[in-house]
Amino acid sequence: MTSSLLFNVTTFAYLISMLLFFAFLASRAKALGTAGMIAAYVGLLAQTVAIALRWKESYDMGVGHAPLSNLYESVVFFAWTIVLIYALLDIKYKYRVIGAFVMPFALLGMAWAQLGLNTGIEPLVPALQSNWLLYHVITCFLGYAAFAVACGISIMYLIKAAFETGGNGSSGGIIAMFPPIRVLDDLNYRAIMVGFPLLTLGIITGAAWANYAWGTYWSWDPKETWSLIVWFVYAAFLHARITKGWVGKRAAWLSIVGFAATIFCYLGVNLFLSGLHSYGGGK
Amino acid sequence: MTNNKRDFLHSLWDFFCSLKLTMSLLIGLALISIIGTIIPQGSLPPEYVQAISPAKLKLYKTLGFFDMYHSWWFILLLYLLTVNLVACSIKRLPHIWKTITNPVTIFNSALEKSLSGVTEFPHTGEPAVAKERVAAFLKNEFAEPVVTESGGDWHLFAQKTPWCRLAVYCVHLSVIIIFIGAIIGSAFGYKGFVNIMEGESVSKVMSRSNEEIDLGFSLRCEQFSVAHYASGAPKEFKSILTVLENGRPVPDYTNARVIVNDPLTYKGITFYQSSYGNAGNYFFTVSDLSGKNPVPLTIEGKSSVTLPDGSSMHVIEATRDVAEFAPGLSGPAAQVELHAANGKSESFVVYANHPELNIQHAQQHGGGPVIHYKGAQERMYTGLQVAKDPGVEVVWLGCLLMVIGIYAAFFMSHRRVWVRIQNGVVTIGGNASKNQAGFQLCLDRLASKLKTDLSGEEKS
Repeated sequence: MTSSLLFNVTTFAYLISMLLFFAFLASRAKALGTAGMIAAYVGLLAQTVAIALRWKESYDMGVGHAPLSNLYESVVFFAWTIVLIYALLDIKYKYRVIGAFVMPFALLGMAWAQLGLNTGIEPLVPALQSNWLLYHVITCFLGYAAFAVACGISIMYLIKAAFETGGNGSSGGIIAMFPPIRVLDDLNYRAIMVGFPLLTLGIITGAAWANYAWGTYWSWDPKETWSLIVWFVYAAFLHARITKGWVGKRAAWLSIVGFAATIFCYLGVNLFLSGLHSYGGGK
Repeated sequence: MTNNKRDFLHSLWDFFCSLKLTMSLLIGLALISIIGTIIPQGSLPPEYVQAISPAKLKLYKTLGFFDMYHSWWFILLLYLLTVNLVACSIKRLPHIWKTITNPVTIFNSALEKSLSGVTEFPHTGEPAVAKERVAAFLKNEFAEPVVTESGGDWHLFAQKTPWCRLAVYCVHLSVIIIFIGAIIGSAFGYKGFVNIMEGESVSKVMSRSNEEIDLGFSLRCEQFSVAHYASGAPKEFKSILTVLENGRPVPDYTNARVIVNDPLTYKGITFYQSSYGNAGNYFFTVSDLSGKNPVPLTIEGKSSVTLPDGSSMHVIEATRDVAEFAPGLSGPAAQVELHAANGKSESFVVYANHPELNIQHAQQHGGGPVIHYKGAQERMYTGLQVAKDPGVEVVWLGCLLMVIGIYAAFFMSHRRVWVRIQNGVVTIGGNASKNQAGFQLCLDRLASKLKTDLSGEEKS
């Protein structure tokens, strides 16, 4: 068995999972939600094995390194962390329907990686030959994933809030499946509460690595600046919780804007701007 | 002080204490920071200067857009954020401090009304005995209580991790500590750069602001080398360096290996592998298309020379064996850039062992001169980034404090439990600074356990 075969299995499992969650939304049949979750777990397991296998394969090729070194590997890892964070949320809170708003992100990542990116295992360029790579990438991406989940929840919040203010609160079959608006608000906050410390750690490990490798912990490189922009947005979100007039819809929008900034920090900077993180660019 | 003055100071204070200011500053900083990621910072590439209009260039320069993270208005925003954070902390800290150091130990009816989910159950035993039992119970199940008697009733108060209420201020403080570290670094440290030829030594480096800085010792480059993967991609850039004090090698710093991600630090100054190059001579011959009339040509390092036809040429990169990059070919090769007299420029590879390729290239490109590569006399130099930053430890201290603070602020909560024993009734209530719903479940369990515990005492 090869890692690339397993990555295809993963992509397929996430697709099935997403479709089952959509069917669950439309039909409100509980079994479909459970099946969607099982498909997500199958995909997560396959992907975990695939990542471990790819790691081993790189050693077999004599260029051994953690599979976190280029755009393909990071997108795959991002998809993995999104499903992981979602699975943890599901174990703790059991709101199945959230899957319909989170799995598309994971599927999108896997599909793009498998179809559109160079999947080859390449040796590490000198700049990445450091243990900091592991700490830095893992903390950053777990943070990004938590923000992705928060974004999915915020979209649900806005949909539900729009229907409720539209008059009949008990309307819409699909909307009735959503958790209550207060729960969504709370889950959004909890997801960001996980993401923010991880992002902070990601920025700090990045700064520590930069200081170790280049002698400057902060040089206002576009990647660094964008990570700080993301940090500012979520810091604003956290302060919004204790400010009147910023709860509810505005907080949900802030969470969505935060995730848009996160995606730009992750992909936009590599694809559109030049700087110290050029090895993450697509080819 | 006049009333007006007082009003003004008062509203100024309120302005700096307001969360609205915090929100505006955080969102404002996020938006403004985008500018510097789109507009180039520092030295501008010539293509950029050509592409934008002079008026725009002047405007951006005046606004400080080309070094925006050090411009007065960006620094001002950071200072405002600092003042805001300090003011907010000063305003709220005394109240929080009182909550921690001077807790409410009496469970009166006003407090009871402010709590949700208070449990009551009857208890017929002797209150003084019951109080001992409850105290022991709380100590076992929750935390050691403070016991107070008031008007014949017994009040017990117990709490867990009250100090985590300070976590937010710890995070605020950490931001200030990081700023202090950054200021120390820019006041007492420097960033510089130095190129050292193989076999030569330097005792001065160039700072980023183009000042010469004396290291106080010398650094010699013994050797520089590049290793490649089979694919031709670079694997390792390696300098062998020796530190010299008064011209003599320092024992532990002799032939020290410096690679990317593994620098050398001596007396607080750190040297990082950053770039490299060949300052030796490159040899070429230039002939006409038939290969006749060869003229030898030497290019020194990165300099450019003028060819007989008026165009100028310089070397971008050279290799001793081209096979690494172009399978099927062999021998030395150089990538050169040619600027024709008419302003056209092109970059191509010329070979030592494949003259036919050189001729073919010349034929395809207007039959200009044929350039043959003859090899190089290698003289490598290493390019080192040099940094001294005495503030960096302070920055790490701030980062550590921030991580601890954020963890405590998000994942720990100040939990309080009050128990009152009066007139045959036991009342239990409590609250938490975070996740009240989760704590309520714990509290309910605690109450029912206490009820069983006390009824056991009555029977015995």
